[in-house]
Amino acid sequence: MESKQIFDVIKPGALTTLQDMGREGLQRFGVPVSGAMDKFAFQIANILAGNALNTACLEVTLIGPKLQAMASVTIAITGADLEPKINGAVKPMWSTIRINKGDVLEFGKHQSGVRSYIAVAGGFEGRTYFGSKSTDVKSGFGTPLESGTVISGYPSKEKKGIGLKKQYIPIYKKSVKVAVVEGPHIDSFTNEERKRFFNSTYTVDANSNRMGYRLKSKKITPVNADIWSDAVPLGGIQIPGNGQPIILMADRQTTGGYPRIGTVISADLSKVAQLVPKGEIRFYPVSVEEAQKRLVEMENFLSVLEIFRKYF
Amino acid sequence: MLGITAIAVGDSAIKVNFAGKVSYELNAAIQMYSKKLEEASIPGVVEWVPAFNSVTVYYQPKQVSFHILIKKLYDLHEVPISSEKIKSRIIQVPVLYGGEYAPDLQRVAEHSQLEINEVIDIHQNQEYLIYMIGFLPGFPYLAGLDKRIATPRLEEPRGKIYAGAVGIANEQTGIYPVESPGGWNIIGKTPLRLFDRTEFLFQTGDYVKFHRVNKDKFLELESQIKNNRFKVSIVER
Repeated sequence: MESKQIFDVIKPGALTTLQDMGREGLQRFGVPVSGAMDKFAFQIANILAGNALNTACLEVTLIGPKLQAMASVTIAITGADLEPKINGAVKPMWSTIRINKGDVLEFGKHQSGVRSYIAVAGGFEGRTYFGSKSTDVKSGFGTPLESGTVISGYPSKEKKGIGLKKQYIPIYKKSVKVAVVEGPHIDSFTNEERKRFFNSTYTVDANSNRMGYRLKSKKITPVNADIWSDAVPLGGIQIPGNGQPIILMADRQTTGGYPRIGTVISADLSKVAQLVPKGEIRFYPVSVEEAQKRLVEMENFLSVLEIFRKYF
Repeated sequence: MLGITAIAVGDSAIKVNFAGKVSYELNAAIQMYSKKLEEASIPGVVEWVPAFNSVTVYYQPKQVSFHILIKKLYDLHEVPISSEKIKSRIIQVPVLYGGEYAPDLQRVAEHSQLEINEVIDIHQNQEYLIYMIGFLPGFPYLAGLDKRIATPRLEEPRGKIYAGAVGIANEQTGIYPVESPGGWNIIGKTPLRLFDRTEFLFQTGDYVKFHRVNKDKFLELESQIKNNRFKVSIVER
């Protein structure tokens, strides 16, 4: 299909990248999964825009871009509330909106969360690396948005005002509690250290990014830090030499050599991805069964929403 | 047979640990297990990552639950392998040692108290097993570096190391597949590409054999690779 120029990038924002669900199946060759940090908000943006769930969106970080439409498009913005505006007027999020050729989309004052997703009905054009359009700068797959460039896509017209009911819209707090499945390096931590971990309130360091969230609080000391490197999952909580945990996020390396005290459950990863610098986080343990139950509930919600969307 | 233990890694992965010392034998058991995983194609399993003494299996809980999958993973270990013995591949990697591409060769020689030529001979006189691929796409963790040339990482990592750089960090040697920051001692450069748009040169369990080429040969290989007229030498045994 022929692509069409849809946005002129006037300002790129702090970090705006193309993201989809990431690269699966190549971790054994060292290829990071990458992909949207908040997969829940990302998928809802696509559902609202009438796209397939894995369609690439723009992931906007804290300071949004300024884009001028080069064609008429339907978009949906979800995730962090960075006060999206069209021609200066604040527009609703979690809902489809129409942008006419020449209109300017920009962002105002930070309200809540960290990452917004801009889905365009029909999808953005972007180079595919190993089956995904996700930008992963470190691996050499794509680059963040730059001013003076043009974004192309395959715009299709969708109705405006197709939105998510308010009760389903997540609220991003500055202080969160997230559930953790303990392990796998259970021998590396004493009961006292585990207790300390679950009883501490951690602060998110400003030096947190798409690779990992660096946390600060009381030091955790592994009894055995000498482990063989192994595969590291999304949400893995590693304890490096300085005793300050790092939650491994979308752009993490495929393997790592620090002991891990636990893994944030999949259903709670969005809370982490939307936690602002200096935000607070506390952990509590859950069973694998409970973690899987919550993930399946979330996936079922998205499936129902996707089916329901077809009636509009 | 070597024993395994499986443990949950969050809600979407299970780590299968292999008992025993990290060795060629243990690596062979891990390769065997990975092969069986491939043949079994268990519904819900997305991918798996072999490492030094483990294989981590990623899966979709909506398709298969933890309890069902962990049982299958234990059972799989007992299944006799259907295909013939797993072959190892030996991949020849040409390297231009020294000169402009080797800012740390002198450092390695000084640290080892050896002549530069001795360092090169020791480095290329060895087949290195790929225990794991990680850190960067296609980056092989090669074990078995001769202790005589083992050299600690740079105190200040470099901001930029070029693709194809061959380096030493303690008792490991490796190749940078893409430009990246890094703290390894760089002793040479290979013209080979470790991956292209569709394929990866190495897989876990392969052996890497470095061999020295001069500048003319390096440039010739580089141009052949650029024009897709070069075939990497891979021997199976």
